[in-house]
Amino acid sequence: MKKSEFPDAFQKVRETDGVLDIDDQFEKVTMILRHKDVRKCAHYYQSFKSGVQPGRIVVPSEEKIREIRQIPLELDPPLHTQYRSEMEAWFRRPLQEDYELKLTQITSDLVDEILDKAVLEVVEEFALKLQSQALTLLLNVPIEEAEIWISWGTHVFRSEDNPLDAEKAEILYHYIDEQIEKVLHHPGDDLYSVLLRSQFEGRKFTKEEVKGTMILTFAGGRDTIINAVTNIIVYFGDHPESLEKIREDPDIIGKAVEEFIRYFSPLTHLGRVVDVETNVCEYDLHNDDKVSLCWASANRDSNVFKNPNEVILDRKMNPHVGFGFSHHKCLGATHARQLLKILIKVLVEKVHSIQLLESEENIETWGKIKRKVGFHQVNAKFNSIKN
Amino acid sequence: MAKITFITRDGESKTVEGHSGSVMELAVQNHIQGIDGDCGGVCSCATCHVHLSPEDMEKLGQPSEIEADMLELEDNVSSYSRLSCQLDVSDELDGMTLKVAN
Repeated sequence: MKKSEFPDAFQKVRETDGVLDIDDQFEKVTMILRHKDVRKCAHYYQSFKSGVQPGRIVVPSEEKIREIRQIPLELDPPLHTQYRSEMEAWFRRPLQEDYELKLTQITSDLVDEILDKAVLEVVEEFALKLQSQALTLLLNVPIEEAEIWISWGTHVFRSEDNPLDAEKAEILYHYIDEQIEKVLHHPGDDLYSVLLRSQFEGRKFTKEEVKGTMILTFAGGRDTIINAVTNIIVYFGDHPESLEKIREDPDIIGKAVEEFIRYFSPLTHLGRVVDVETNVCEYDLHNDDKVSLCWASANRDSNVFKNPNEVILDRKMNPHVGFGFSHHKCLGATHARQLLKILIKVLVEKVHSIQLLESEENIETWGKIKRKVGFHQVNAKFNSIKN
Repeated sequence: MAKITFITRDGESKTVEGHSGSVMELAVQNHIQGIDGDCGGVCSCATCHVHLSPEDMEKLGQPSEIEADMLELEDNVSSYSRLSCQLDVSDELDGMTLKVAN
């Protein structure tokens, strides 16, 4: 099997049952696996709620280690809509020309650093750096701030052996508290300051609300982007002909990004809490049951996608749910799309081929299912197009 | 070449000209409010939802199954809804008026 091959771990159970029960800290979670069901559950927020106890809709649940609510993720309309509308314009800044230029410069400099290096560990030495430096643009803070985030390593918010390590999460929470205190005294034009000036029902956001939004911004865009960047590089390592194809036809870069998001599905799933007696795939669900919307499974549903296990760079119809769906679709998607587009553009301009060496896969376990989501490490050598 | 008029939710009307590509791309290039085209036209985001007149709907035809599935869960959906990323700019669209749905 090629390193860039990510098997569809849910195929059998999706086709036979459509749902999968897993255990999360002695609570049953029913994973919803089919594309149509996932989209419906995401859309009908009245029946499948996000605005429950903080930490509950995440899988594994963070209820025991987190009291602060991630905003707007852990809310339902109309509250969700009010908070989100305050942030939308900020999170669309990646479409602006100067943002794109700065992000291109960051990506280009990082690729120049790694070209023709003997061997490089892609996750720590490239993907983490790119994710962190790019995040400084989204937050509009000096690029030097990325050094702190890089020094946290890839597993800042959780131990490798314990996803619910509260002490690890505290590093981020303390850091955000400090930043909020700083901008309270010296407000600027960064995201913290903008949030502190934002309004909810005629009053300013509280510090708690700013913190909840910042936690989401940091946590939601870290592993997901690191995995997406690493997996794309591994894909091009296995498929030099794809680098060539995009070099010849760069107009397909946008479609390629959507296809990579579908195929790799960096976030496997996200929970909801049932608020009505209902059923999915003839499976009865009761009030307060927890379900999860499995984006990764939905993105391989053969009822929707032709040849779902193939990467088709210029796939024309691609109704993937890799960024979620409906009200809660990823707030950082504009940034992520821009980053991945620029990454591919820079790679095809500068890299002739990528030689993949030893690697260690990152495998998630969901009940009886094991899903490859990325890599703990990948050693590789990037060969410059100039040689 | 096609001249297409967009009417946004706040009633603003703007007529633009296009030669190729999708109607969504034409709208984004001309900064039509309410048409974002986040996914670039692969039918994944539904941020390019428009309403056609009954006559134009008949002329251009019903959405495909994938497009219809996207529209089914959209706000402000009607029998005359289409995703503009699925409409190619062509002479056939010349003179049409599209109402932006969101």
